[in-house]
Amino acid sequence: MLKTNARRWRHFYLDRLVQIFVYLAVLTVCAVFLWILVDLLRGGFAHLSWNFLIESPRDAGRAGGIGSILVSTMLILLVALGAALPLAWTTAALLAEYVPATSKFGMLVRYSLQVLAGVPSIVFGLFGNAFFSIYLGLGFSILSGGLTLACMLLPILVSTAEAGLRAVPDSYRLSAAALGMTRAATLIRLLLPIAAPALAAGLLLGIGRAVAETAALLFTSGYVDRMPGSLLDSGRALALHIFDLSMNVPGGDVPAYASALVLVAMLLCINIFAMQLVQSWQRRNTILE
Amino acid sequence: MIWSKYNIFFRLRLTDSLLRGILSMGAVISALVMLLIVIFLILESWSLLGRISPARFFTDTSWHPLEGAYHLMPMLAGTLYASTGALLLAIPLGIASALFIVYYASPRLAKWYKRLVELLAGIPSVVFGFWGLTTLVPLINQIHPPGASLLAAILILALMILPTITLTAYSALMAVPDEFLRNATALGLPRWGMIRGVAFPAARTGIVAGIILATGRAIGETMAVLMVAGNVVQYPDGLFDPIRTLASNIALEMAYAMGDHRAVLFVSGLLLMLMVMMLSGMAGWWGRGHRA
Amino acid sequence: MNPNKPVTAQAISSKEGGFTLGPLQMGPACCDPEPVIEVENLSLRYGDKTALDKVTLDIYRGCITALIGPSGCGKTSFLSAINRLTDLIPNCVIGGHIRVDGQDIHTTESNVQALRQKVGMVFQKPTPFPLSIRRNLSLPLCEYGVTRRSEIDAISEQVLRDVGLWDEVCDRLDTTALALSGGQQQRLCIARALTLRPKILLMDEPCSALDPMASGVVEDLISRLQGHYTIVIVTHNLAQARRIANYAAFFWVKERAAGQLIEFGRCQHIFESPTDPLTAAYINGTRG
Repeated sequence: MLKTNARRWRHFYLDRLVQIFVYLAVLTVCAVFLWILVDLLRGGFAHLSWNFLIESPRDAGRAGGIGSILVSTMLILLVALGAALPLAWTTAALLAEYVPATSKFGMLVRYSLQVLAGVPSIVFGLFGNAFFSIYLGLGFSILSGGLTLACMLLPILVSTAEAGLRAVPDSYRLSAAALGMTRAATLIRLLLPIAAPALAAGLLLGIGRAVAETAALLFTSGYVDRMPGSLLDSGRALALHIFDLSMNVPGGDVPAYASALVLVAMLLCINIFAMQLVQSWQRRNTILE
Repeated sequence: MIWSKYNIFFRLRLTDSLLRGILSMGAVISALVMLLIVIFLILESWSLLGRISPARFFTDTSWHPLEGAYHLMPMLAGTLYASTGALLLAIPLGIASALFIVYYASPRLAKWYKRLVELLAGIPSVVFGFWGLTTLVPLINQIHPPGASLLAAILILALMILPTITLTAYSALMAVPDEFLRNATALGLPRWGMIRGVAFPAARTGIVAGIILATGRAIGETMAVLMVAGNVVQYPDGLFDPIRTLASNIALEMAYAMGDHRAVLFVSGLLLMLMVMMLSGMAGWWGRGHRA
Repeated sequence: MNPNKPVTAQAISSKEGGFTLGPLQMGPACCDPEPVIEVENLSLRYGDKTALDKVTLDIYRGCITALIGPSGCGKTSFLSAINRLTDLIPNCVIGGHIRVDGQDIHTTESNVQALRQKVGMVFQKPTPFPLSIRRNLSLPLCEYGVTRRSEIDAISEQVLRDVGLWDEVCDRLDTTALALSGGQQQRLCIARALTLRPKILLMDEPCSALDPMASGVVEDLISRLQGHYTIVIVTHNLAQARRIANYAAFFWVKERAAGQLIEFGRCQHIFESPTDPLTAAYINGTRG
């Protein structure tokens, strides 16, 4: 009875108002998401065909397909993962299993990765151009593009793998030690298999990030849309292809829609799969607790 | 004895220290990547920074890098306008989305909506840019030509950083202890009163850290902005004027830049990086200060 | 066995039927006590906090020794010092000597792996690895160089029979061990410890996380192991200690002081005519 009637009414209306705002915001976000998807589907679905996926682009991409682009994208991705995965997972294992949380070295590595995670992708592009393409003499090539991407993927791969390893209960480490297993064997035979779903989810997120990347590849892997002959050839990634078609090629909108559709479909699949992995893993871990 | 060939522990001990060596090497290389990036950015921009005073980036009359005029201010302003606008739009929407997931929606709806936001986070910037170019820009053009404008950049950027803000705010709100909320409800606070009085103060650290993270993304975003912002080097007079941001300037001119021009692009890269590092330092400082 | 002596695959995989170690093959029975673990002036410190103060105690071969006492009196620390799990705890400092089979274990040249092969440990909470049952048992064996599939299968079957689990799980060896019930999981953990043919088993409240039925099964198993293995068991359940143990050691902790050994002797003696008034008070439930 402390409040007067008027004040209570005001509170009631405020509560309602906020609720309405929240629902409106959510509706807006959903609507925009649907809008984007429908737009992409309407613009590109008719153009999609098996031939579109396997043919090489002709006439600057207006005709033909995205076959060679997909191959280049895959190659860039493979190079990036091949370079980043070993580095990231060894770093994560060291940070999670060998270095105490308060050690100077661990803090340093963690801090530098944290900063690396925030670096804009265009800066990675500049660095890749200066270091891999020019300083190391790799030129505009799939190799230098892939390596640039590898630098970019490091933080996300490390942080997901470290979190995965840390989520493994300590009782397993203790039991393994009581059985006389060395730390190396505990890590390789026990902890890595247990944390595998988390590692896989991180890997998928990394793949998603790499496939979506444009700015870092602009001056490293180049623009050439031919089928790459080797890793030292220039190759155009799918995201870059969309950019080029929409910005530099008049009349390239329809193939750009179709390419964007392919890219988004690929990423949605990857992300949904990663989410499922994480969820089932978390469920298993809660059972363990 | 330990070194005898038949001792199986010989193999194990060796692998243990070997593994540790390999792991440390990986970690050192990972840490070096950051250093390498800074070194190369400085190295490439030094040919210019060593000769002219940094003040010229702010005092030159125009951006004509081929004639030695390196005025970065309009681009810096463009970056700041676009990021600020995007934040103003994305913060309320993002926090509202997080509130919806945590407090307003049924568990099932919340799960679906969270998925949707996560998927939104996975859409590549080039697709956002492309969608903006083909859908948003013509729409804005009907209201006020030319369409490719600060407004388009703000809208697209807001859409891109919205998932970051939503997801970090969501985890911050989820971390608020249930007892707080139960106590608030027991006191008879209405839902909004509970959120404003209890949940927000408790989750403030996480939410602000998320916003800082999103700011970093907005400042560094290149392709999407490049595709919708019109890319005219100027101080915009209004929302409908085209702008050029620092990041998209690099992407636009890097392809043909030589000599000093190239160096000045690296300088702007360095500037971007400094801004982002400052932001992440701020986020760390904020997090530490409020946890203590 | 000399702790420095390399463990060879053969040492683990000798092919005998029945218990993984023949009955009383380890030496004389309890009636003729022969110390296998000699603990002398053992002190244990975590950073500045002293957990155990000058414990001197002999553990006899083939017997079950129960460690009883209130929480926080250093029983678990005592247990983990015996197979050097204390190595894993940062800031943990150990003084005094522990000799297993006459060999000091806390010296630089002693071999931790060989020690842990000889001294198995079972924890309070069942911790089967989230892998298949078969993998749970083969993992430690691989570690000690037993790699032949047939040999691993033979040892797995033997230890599972020893813990009475074979009939329950023989048709689902390749399913995850987490699907087992709590009691089955704990017996699997005991089986896993047995795969290495240890002489000594350390058990840290192996029944306290289980329901009464499962607890009974595990307790029966432990008393069946008596004579085959030297067992040191921490328990809060005095009735259980009385039922299964041959010897009992009573630990006590005074306020803000370190844990101490108050009394050690035959189980009957400790429970029926304790010399120390503290022990009597604890046994009768008036203290602790």
